[in-house]
Amino acid sequence: MITKTPKIDRRSFIIGTAAVGGGLALGLNIPLGGSVVRAQDGSPEITHWVVIRPDDTVVIRVARSEMGQGTITGLAQMVAEELECDWSKVTTEYPTPGQSVKRKRIWGDFSTGGSRGIRTSHEYVRQGGAAARTMLIQAAANAWGVPAAECSAANSVIRHRPSGRTTTYGKVAEAAAKLTPPEKVALKDPKDWKLIGKSVKRLDTMSKLTGAQVYGFDLKLPGMLNAAIKDCPVFGGKVKSFEAAKVKGMPGVRHVVPVGESAVAVVADTWWQARTALDALPIAWDEGPNAKVSSATIAEMLKAGLDADQAFVNNKNGDAKAAIAGAAKKVEAVYAYPFQNHAPMEPMNATAKYTPDRCEVWVPTQNGEAAFAATLAASGLPADKCEVYKINLGGGFGRRGAFHDYVTQAVLIAKQVPGTPVKLLWTREEDMLHGKYHPVMQAKLTGGLDASGNLVGLHLRLSGQSILTNVFPQMLQNGMDFLTFQGLHPTGDFAIGYSVPNLLIDHAMRNTHVPPGFWRGVNINQNAIFLECFMDELAHAAGQDALEFRRKLMSNHPKHLAVLNAVADRAGWGKPAPQGVYRGLAQMKSFNSYVAACAEISVNGGNQVKIHRIVCATDTGYAVNPAQIERQIAGSFVYGLSALFMEECTVKDGHIEQTNFNTYDSMRIKQMPKVESIIMPSGGFWGGVGEPTICVAAPAVLNAFFRATGRRIRTVPLKNHGITLV
Amino acid sequence: MARLTINGKSMEVNVDPSTPLLWAIREQVGLTGTKYGCGIAACGSCTVHLDGAAVRSCVMPVSAAVGKQITTIEGLASGGVLHKVQKAWLDHEVPQCGYCQAGMIMAVAALLKDTPKPTDADIDARITNICRCGTFQQVREAIHAAAKA
Repeated sequence: MITKTPKIDRRSFIIGTAAVGGGLALGLNIPLGGSVVRAQDGSPEITHWVVIRPDDTVVIRVARSEMGQGTITGLAQMVAEELECDWSKVTTEYPTPGQSVKRKRIWGDFSTGGSRGIRTSHEYVRQGGAAARTMLIQAAANAWGVPAAECSAANSVIRHRPSGRTTTYGKVAEAAAKLTPPEKVALKDPKDWKLIGKSVKRLDTMSKLTGAQVYGFDLKLPGMLNAAIKDCPVFGGKVKSFEAAKVKGMPGVRHVVPVGESAVAVVADTWWQARTALDALPIAWDEGPNAKVSSATIAEMLKAGLDADQAFVNNKNGDAKAAIAGAAKKVEAVYAYPFQNHAPMEPMNATAKYTPDRCEVWVPTQNGEAAFAATLAASGLPADKCEVYKINLGGGFGRRGAFHDYVTQAVLIAKQVPGTPVKLLWTREEDMLHGKYHPVMQAKLTGGLDASGNLVGLHLRLSGQSILTNVFPQMLQNGMDFLTFQGLHPTGDFAIGYSVPNLLIDHAMRNTHVPPGFWRGVNINQNAIFLECFMDELAHAAGQDALEFRRKLMSNHPKHLAVLNAVADRAGWGKPAPQGVYRGLAQMKSFNSYVAACAEISVNGGNQVKIHRIVCATDTGYAVNPAQIERQIAGSFVYGLSALFMEECTVKDGHIEQTNFNTYDSMRIKQMPKVESIIMPSGGFWGGVGEPTICVAAPAVLNAFFRATGRRIRTVPLKNHGITLV
Repeated sequence: MARLTINGKSMEVNVDPSTPLLWAIREQVGLTGTKYGCGIAACGSCTVHLDGAAVRSCVMPVSAAVGKQITTIEGLASGGVLHKVQKAWLDHEVPQCGYCQAGMIMAVAALLKDTPKPTDADIDARITNICRCGTFQQVREAIHAAAKA
C-alpha cells in the first residue's frame, strides 16, 4: 500500500529523452483504496511500469540497465505488446533504486547481467502492460456506459466495436488511474504477438550519433570538482604514506585525500589537473605478502589442482575413471585460460555528493540496487537519505554489475568534501590494474575410446578460481561454486549437450589474490574451449569426422543438435571448402539458449589467421528483436575473439602488468570476420542473448586452426604462440 | 591561455598549452561528445578533425591545435541535418553502448572526405578504432552505405 506520494526527482531521468510529464503510471500489484497516488508533477500514478501522458506519449519504465545490448528497447517491446500502444509514441525511463526501496521493490530486480534482462522479467513486465491496457479499456467503457467486453484497443486507440466510437489512451488515462488494477491478467498467446519478434529500431540510437548522450563520465553538476585516484597496484596492499604538500600548489588542486586504506585521490577543478597532480604525487605503498605472487606461481598452484584428490563434483554418471582405464585408447590434454580484464571503453567512474543528511550518487551501473547498497555502506547513511541515479554505460560486460568499488571510492572522497559534488574517473591504467578479472583456470581432460572409436568415458577436471567465493560466498553449495561448471551441468540453463556413458566433471578450487569477476560469458568461455576442443581431439583420435562424432553423443539433446546441424548445413560442412579454407565447429547451451558456430579460417605462414566467416545459430526460445540479436552475436564474437587471440593479464610482483590497450589489445575492423546469424527460436522457453554466443567462437576457430595446421593450441591467448589475427 | 576554433567558433581556452586537446574540449569548452578511452592514442575514442583530418586528441597538446579548424562530433551535423555518416549510422543502427561511436564516426567522416568510395581494404587500413561492444559488422555496412549516399 502506498501511503505517500513517491518522489520522482527530475534528476533521476537525467539521461531520459523526456522528463516525467503530466500523465499517469499504470501497472500491477498496488492495491488502491479509492485514492489516486500522484506523482510529483501532480499526475495521478496507479503503479509503476507505464506512464501515459495526455498527448498519448507512453513512458515505459525499465529497471534494467542499457549498456548497448538493447535491453530498454526489448523490454519496452514486451510491455508495449500487451499494452497495445502506438510504438511510435513509446519512450523509456529508469526508476531509481531509492524509489524502488521505498516502494518495496515493485520493479523487481535491477541487476543487468547473466543475460537475464528479458528472460527473468518477461512475465511481470508483460503483465504490467496487460493490466494497464485492461484499465484503460475499462475507463473508456465506463465513460461510454458500455461493457468493457465490447471494447478493444490497438495502437493506443480504444474502440467500442458495436458503435464504432473511439478514444485514445491519453484521453482516458486520468480516469483509468482511479480504477483498481485487475488481480489477474491473461497474457497473449505467442502466436498473436505483433511487436515481440519484430526487429523494431532501437529507441536510443540518435543521441549516440551526435555526442548528446550523457555517460557517467560526461556528467556535469554545478560546483562539481573532479577526482583522479590511485589504488595500491598490488591487490591487498595499503598506502604507507603520501606527500600531499608536493602537489597542493599545482594548478587547480583543491584536496589530496586518502580513500580507505589502500588509495589516494587528488581532487581538482578539472580532471586533467587532478590526474597531472596525482602522477606527480609521491606515494609509498605497503604491498604486503601478495607482492611475491606471479603468473608462474599461480600456474603452479593450478597445475597441482589438476591431479588433486579433493575436488567438487558437479556432473557424474557411471565410473569415468574405470571406463577410461579400461578403454582401448586413452586421450589426455591440459588446457589453460588466463586472467582477462573487461576493459569497457568508458573507464570506471562515479559522481557523489555528500552531506551529513543526504548522499547522492550518479553512476553508470549494471545494477542500480547494488550501487545503492554501496552508497549506503560508504556513506553510513540510511536508505531514506541516499539515492542513486543511473546513467547510461559506456560498456559493462560484467564489470559494473556485482562490483561498485568506484562508487565506494567516490562516496569516501565526497565525504571529505561535504556539500560539493565530486566526479571520480579512473584512468585506463587504473582500470587495467584494478579489474575484477575473468577467472584463471586450467583443465585436464581425459577420454577413453573403445575399439570402434566410441567415447566410453570422459573426465574433465577444472582447477582454478571461484568467482562466487570472492563475490557471493553465500551462494556456494557446500563449498562448491556451481557457476564454475557453466556449460557442463547435467541439466538446466547450462546443460551439457552430450550423453557420455561414464562422465566425471569436477573442480579443484584454487583461489588467488587477484579478484575474479563476471566477465561477459563468465565461465562458459573457458569451459567451451575445454569441452569443444577436446571433442575434436577425441574425434581425431577416433579417426572420425568432428560433426559425426558429436552427433552420436547428442541424440538425447535435440535442441543442442538442432543448432549444431543448422550451422553445419549453412556452412556446408562435409562439402569442400574454398582453397586454403578450413572449418571448425562448436556448440553449447549457454544462459538457457542453444548456440553453435562454424568458423571458416585460412592460415598464412603457419601463424597468421584470417577468419573469413563464422556461421552462428542460436535458439533463444523466443526472439524478441532479431536485429538486435544479430548485433549481439557479432559483438560477442568481437569480445570473445579479442580474448582468444590477444588478451591476457599477467601478474608480476603481485600486480597486473598490462596497463592499457597497447599491451591489452582488442580486435579492429580489419580483423572482423563476416558473421552470419541463424536465429531459430523454437518457442516455449526464454533464453539469453547478450552472452550465450560468445563461447562458441573461440573453440570453433581453434578447431579450424587444427584442421588447417595440425597444431592443437590449448592455451589462451594465441599471441603467446606467435599466432596473430589478420 | 590559447585561442582555439572549435566547430566554427573562436574561443579563448584557459589551459596550460601542454594540456591534451581532448581535455580542453571536454573540460574547458564543455563539449563532452569526444571521449577518453586510453590516453595514449590507441583506441580512437577521442578522434576529432583538425583542418578536416582525423586526429586523436588525447595526445595532442592544445598548442598544436592553435590556428586550426577543430571539428568535434557536436559540429559534424550542419544546420540540424545529420552528416551522411551519422545518417548511415542511424539507418544501420550501428551503435551499441555508443561510447566509442563519436570517435568512430569522426574517423569515418574523415576517410570519406579523402576517399569517397572506400574499398574494404581502405576501411581496414584507415579505421583502427577500438569498439569493445563489437559493432564492426554494422560499421562496415554503414560506411559503404554512406559512400553511396
